Amino acid sequence: MKGNAIKYDQDNIDTDVILPGTYLKLHDYAELAKHAMEGLDPDFHSKVKDGDFIVAGKNFGCGSSREHAPIALSSSGIKAVLALSFARIFYRNAVDGAFLLPIEIGEDAYKNISNGDQLELSIEKNTIKNLTKNKEYKMKPFSELIGKIIASGGLFKYKP
Amino acid sequence: MNITEKILARASAKSSVSPDDVVFANVDKAMIHDVSGPGVIKVFEKLEKQGVSVDRLWDPTKVWAAEDHFVPSADKISAENIVKLSKFTKKYGIEKHFKYGMGQYGICHTLSHEEAMVLPGEVYVGGDSHTNTTGALGAFACGLGHTDVAYVLLNGKIWFKVPETFYFKLNGKLSEHVMAKDFILRIIGDIGTDGCAYRAMQFGGSGISEMSVEERLTLTNMTTEAGAKNGIIAPDQKIFDYLAARGAKNYTPVYDDKNSEYAKTFEYEASELEPLVAKPYSPENVAAARDISSIELDKSYIGSCTGAKLEDLRAVAKILKGRKVKIRTEILPAAISIYKKALDEGLVSIFLDAGVTIGPPTCGACCGAHMGVLAKDEVCVSTTNRNFPGRMGHVESKTYLASPLVAAASAVTGKITDPRDLK
Repeated sequence: MKGNAIKYDQDNIDTDVILPGTYLKLHDYAELAKHAMEGLDPDFHSKVKDGDFIVAGKNFGCGSSREHAPIALSSSGIKAVLALSFARIFYRNAVDGAFLLPIEIGEDAYKNISNGDQLELSIEKNTIKNLTKNKEYKMKPFSELIGKIIASGGLFKYKP
Repeated sequence: MNITEKILARASAKSSVSPDDVVFANVDKAMIHDVSGPGVIKVFEKLEKQGVSVDRLWDPTKVWAAEDHFVPSADKISAENIVKLSKFTKKYGIEKHFKYGMGQYGICHTLSHEEAMVLPGEVYVGGDSHTNTTGALGAFACGLGHTDVAYVLLNGKIWFKVPETFYFKLNGKLSEHVMAKDFILRIIGDIGTDGCAYRAMQFGGSGISEMSVEERLTLTNMTTEAGAKNGIIAPDQKIFDYLAARGAKNYTPVYDDKNSEYAKTFEYEASELEPLVAKPYSPENVAAARDISSIELDKSYIGSCTGAKLEDLRAVAKILKGRKVKIRTEILPAAISIYKKALDEGLVSIFLDAGVTIGPPTCGACCGAHMGVLAKDEVCVSTTNRNFPGRMGHVESKTYLASPLVAAASAVTGKITDPRDLK
């Protein structure tokens, strides 16, 4: 899985900036995509490309349980969020709904990856290659259940 | 095992569980509202296209619905969402649907206790992050997204990683000017917005025993702001009386085993707590109200599942009685039943005499939806739970989270005010 990094050098990126509350009444995925990251980066919709990754600090997706948040990102083309840590509801929404991969990274990757770097993810090897900088980082492996749900294509396709 | 572990063990038919175990827990109650309901409907539509049967729910008597975020319908789309929700509950035979304009209705988390929708010892999930609130009744109460709630509605169970528990002990009774809101802000200020991420937060000690049921609900409500999976309090006679007054019986309270363990214990002295606020733009950005008394305000907002219960309104009335507000002040009781009690107790007259605008129960401006959202650069003191950028309106508006006493005192002076300093 290859894509370019859109980096936000900050912690606690909350669901109110990922998809502001006023749009909670919307349920059309394409409409939600238009407002992704609006509270933090109003240019996001015009610059994001299919296959991109978001790179951010700790506690990504904190706040509300709105599934609109991973839906807006995924409908914008984001395939994975690479963060130091995730808030719990965002994490399970991303996985159970099969919207995008929430990937936990270490400080080395977080500090080293720059905005626009081309990255290649390998879930099998738990690695992230930075093709722009010719570096490789480890990602935290998924727990057994999360790995199985992802491999199944979401919670509804997973057979316990 | 502690309470959270015992409830999850019972619900997953295991003799015991430990932190980090993954279980599929049977759910006792599930809730949807006018945002998560249409989200669940969308998931159902996707499933139908994939050939998955969505003909019937696992048990419609265990599911209930609230209308709270965009009601009374804020615009055409919100109105359509309410229609969708109504069709859904009718189609699937969900009888407990609290509709605005038809008797009791209000914010889902407030109804969960006001209407005794959830009982001690139960596993309760809702399509809203503040579902944690109801843990004050001694239930495992946890917020989920649309896909997970859809899964629960069809299968009656959902996966959980058993959380480790942080125990917060409060010694002594809170003083007159301090509320549960100040205590939970103190905790979040100390541990941060991810300080209890993925964990259970359990509250206990003499200070909690002294606390009313509604005040306890303020604590568990904001465990969400510390990242917690659930907040929980061992049920006592106050809870039993509260539930009995609402016609609830036949439940099995759950308590810590004698040898139960917590991953960490935090201890607080009630006598050392003081009126606090969380400054923009995070609930962990905590300061003493007295230390920022120069902050000038445009508005005071008293509403939400966090800060518009009956006792919150009583606290506000205590301050506003015989005084006038200096800034725009809105009060939105969290449920019709609370509105009615506030009216019967004379609180509504006190509010109107003070110059306050009273609104209907709704999540309203708390989530930036409607009914008093903030303009660019507007500064608001609010009894709600979050103050992220844009939470209550424009991304450059500012929200200071505070107790109902502080929000009312600040409404009188137009600046952040410790109730002790009000003349």
